Amino acid sequence: MTTTTPTEGQLTTVKRRSFVAETWDSLRHSVAGMIGLILIISHLLLAITSPYILPQDPLEMNAQSRNEAPSAEHIFGTDELGRDVFSRSMLGGRVTLVVTIVAIGLAVLWGGLVGILLGFIGGRADEIIMRIVDAILSIPWLLLLLLVIAILGTNMLVQTLTFAFTYGILTIRVARAATHDYVTGEFVLAARARGESRRTIVTRELLPNVRDVLFVDGAMNWSWMLLAFTSLSFLGFGVQPPDPDWGRMIAESRDVLAIQPWAVFGPVIMLSTLIIGINLFADAFAKALGLDRSQGAPV
Amino acid sequence: MSQSLVDISDLTIGYYTQKGTLVHVLRNVSLKIEAGETLGLVGESGCGKSTLGQAMMGYLRSGSQLLGGSVRFSDLDMFGLTPRQLEEIRGKQIALIPQNAGEALTPTLRIGNQIVEAIELHTDIPKGKAKERMLALLGQVRLPQPEVLAERYPHELSGGQQQRVVVAMALAAEPEMLVLDEPTTGLDVTTQAHVLDLLRDIVAEMGTAMMYISHDMGVIARVSDRVGLMYAGEIVEDAPATEMFRSPAHPYARGLLESIPRLSMSGVAKSMPGHPPIPGTLPGCSFAPRCPFATDICNTEPPILNPIPDRQHLVSCHHWEEVLVTNFDEKLNESFQTVEHTIGDEPAIELSDVEISYYRPGVIDRLRNIPHPPTTVSDVTLTVRRGETLALVGESGSGKTTIVRTIAGLLPAKGGHIKFGDFDLRVGVDDRPTQISKQIQLIFQNPDASLNPRHTVAEIIDQPLKLYFPKMNRDERRERQVELLNRVRLSDKYRLRYPAQLSGGEKQRVAIARAFAADPRVVLCDEVTSALDVSVQAAVLDLLADLQKERNTTYIFITHDLAVVRAFADRVAVLYQGRLCELGTVDEIYQPPYHPYTETLMGAVLEPDPDMEPVLLASDTPELAPPSQGCPFQRRCPRIIGDICVEEAPPWQSPPGEMDHKIRCHLPMDELLNVQEATSSK
Repeated sequence: MTTTTPTEGQLTTVKRRSFVAETWDSLRHSVAGMIGLILIISHLLLAITSPYILPQDPLEMNAQSRNEAPSAEHIFGTDELGRDVFSRSMLGGRVTLVVTIVAIGLAVLWGGLVGILLGFIGGRADEIIMRIVDAILSIPWLLLLLLVIAILGTNMLVQTLTFAFTYGILTIRVARAATHDYVTGEFVLAARARGESRRTIVTRELLPNVRDVLFVDGAMNWSWMLLAFTSLSFLGFGVQPPDPDWGRMIAESRDVLAIQPWAVFGPVIMLSTLIIGINLFADAFAKALGLDRSQGAPV
Repeated sequence: MSQSLVDISDLTIGYYTQKGTLVHVLRNVSLKIEAGETLGLVGESGCGKSTLGQAMMGYLRSGSQLLGGSVRFSDLDMFGLTPRQLEEIRGKQIALIPQNAGEALTPTLRIGNQIVEAIELHTDIPKGKAKERMLALLGQVRLPQPEVLAERYPHELSGGQQQRVVVAMALAAEPEMLVLDEPTTGLDVTTQAHVLDLLRDIVAEMGTAMMYISHDMGVIARVSDRVGLMYAGEIVEDAPATEMFRSPAHPYARGLLESIPRLSMSGVAKSMPGHPPIPGTLPGCSFAPRCPFATDICNTEPPILNPIPDRQHLVSCHHWEEVLVTNFDEKLNESFQTVEHTIGDEPAIELSDVEISYYRPGVIDRLRNIPHPPTTVSDVTLTVRRGETLALVGESGSGKTTIVRTIAGLLPAKGGHIKFGDFDLRVGVDDRPTQISKQIQLIFQNPDASLNPRHTVAEIIDQPLKLYFPKMNRDERRERQVELLNRVRLSDKYRLRYPAQLSGGEKQRVAIARAFAADPRVVLCDEVTSALDVSVQAAVLDLLADLQKERNTTYIFITHDLAVVRAFADRVAVLYQGRLCELGTVDEIYQPPYHPYTETLMGAVLEPDPDMEPVLLASDTPELAPPSQGCPFQRRCPRIIGDICVEEAPPWQSPPGEMDHKIRCHLPMDELLNVQEATSSK
């Protein structure tokens, strides 16, 4: 058998390490995962520092140099209003990143908690709430977002909360399904037989096991949310002019695609590198968590 | 015979870890199997038995590599064949029967179609005749009503029936050899005895050779002509079955045989400390650290598998001569020890007329007023005294676990009372005060499932401490954790480990430590040793016995293993379909008169002795629900009298002079005493 029993000698060196340290240890063996992580971090760094390091003012218009091809002065050329595409692409993800990161954080938090609770309690409450969840999920998400924006306006806070709400609903399903894997398990049964409170069972027994699934699901959802938010901007509901934003840049420049393709390519490259980065990372992350201490694989 | 059917020579298999170090799984394994011969492979888990079985089929687990040696079957090199040639051999000449028959069958295909598929794939039988052959095969594996059964889906069959279907499929092409990997593990004793009987007959009839892999010495003794004993990826002894069980020459064989509880012996068997190392990590003999015969040479020089002069017996040990002259039978008797403990007079738990049901009628059923099905557990009345060990015995579906979970408060009782001091335990755990739930702790069968994989050992033991002793501060709790670990014979180094870093026996000790952290009065043990190797099982039983003596703890002990009951329990309750059949002390239960069901169970037990044959009294037909009236055992009873058994609930009767021994049967006591001579001679 390939499952080997660890011998005494090997074990004495095993120290308990933090969750982060152990995950990192298995993550760094994955080339794809590291590429993903580097892409994500570069995007974050860029979003933070870009206002101070940009070569050109992204808002400065120039009627003389409209739709110019790439040159030494404008690496990606200029757009319809003569603004530097490179600087605008670098800056165009700031609002998107802030909104999606806050929203995904909130979504995982509330969706995860509700999902675990429903999975644990079960019964009629679970039945009723899940039917409501199904009903909400049956509405096309874009329509739902547009509806909320139509009623409440394009306020960024409103949009963030709306995203957090819709993606939280998706998370409920995942968290509930993951909880179902453990809730009939004997260690939960053991805790119930001891007479542990529901709160202890949820936080101490279930959460540590469901946590990994939630993290990976959150990372995947983050990339979906980026696309969704960019789509909103593309339709004119996201970030408002004159601030640069990837979605709106694509929308504004698509008419001149044949003359100045870089005005579209710039934001597209930025968006796709981020999304590819997130996906690579999420994949490796899932593997790192799956092969970890709960399996006892000798790394 | 000049040419053996199977010739494995110097087979070495291993895999590389992520860091690039080579880990051996098998080392220089050499074996021969003659046509029509059954070779049993035994050893603790992790010794490479399954890997060898798979290599026999020309299969390597992904990541594993053939590092040397060869497997020859009818003079074909199994690892030199092309995938096409292998396909030709598998199923036609060698067939595999896996452990879990339920998983080996396709859930969406009818049984008949699956077997027909195997027939068409592996034989030249024309299409029209395949169905006929399929029905013949089902008959051959002794399944009743083949025509009806062929139309069923796998989930509609019991575990034993599924295993028979898998055997039928393997026999489709009348292969020359069968590889069986723990085919009866997980089946009830009676079912297991029936399936083994079937395999023996078929093999004798068709002249098929078998490689039979099992961790169960009783099973191996029953089926094998010859036994190969594996340790740390090597064959350490290879001998005819009688010699292996009567005069084993390897200390490991002795250790294993000594640690098996036996039906004829009371007292806990001697345990063998330690566990197998990773193959090839020790310079000398792999078994040396656990060996009572070991000397300096064992630590430096690896022994070689050599024949004992004038015998068909190979052994890999430096001291086999010394081992052979030590009288085995005498040692065996010495190895059983009873831990004395005092049993109080006052009751710890009293069950009276307990009834438990899983049936929850839906709205529609309630409206239509459908009569309730018979309850899962009914009419259970028994008393467990302070410091006593009561064993609940029965096949799967007998309601053992249901009763224990009700006592633990995981299921409410539907009727009756469970008296625990002044408190009635019929309510669920949510309605019990903490002081009551503290007194009753539960240990599960599988420590892999009952320990949270995300918690360290310290956190696992800390939980009951935090819950039941809220006044203890962090340091006091830490002290207590160490103390508890020491009591289950683990050092405090284990505190920071995760369950995945522990062996099976160590995990179960942690689970025991967690239960005893509450300082309970009653501990409910649900098949606590069934998932463990025999060597470890003995150690765990020994530990439980010591803890009981120290604390005067009461145990309610569930097991399907009657030899373990004999070793460990004070009193026994035999259950069938959630109803009590027999109740008495261990000595009373293990001697006639028996309830016909107890008699059936006793008869089916396999002892690690090739000369002992099980007595198969009743069929192993499963029953899904108890009969609505009469005796619960009426449908399978070998001693059924007539209508009275079907219509009237049997009375409790006691044999003369044994007031506490109660048997629930219509047969008059004289007949119960007379009829059972056949079994008791065993």
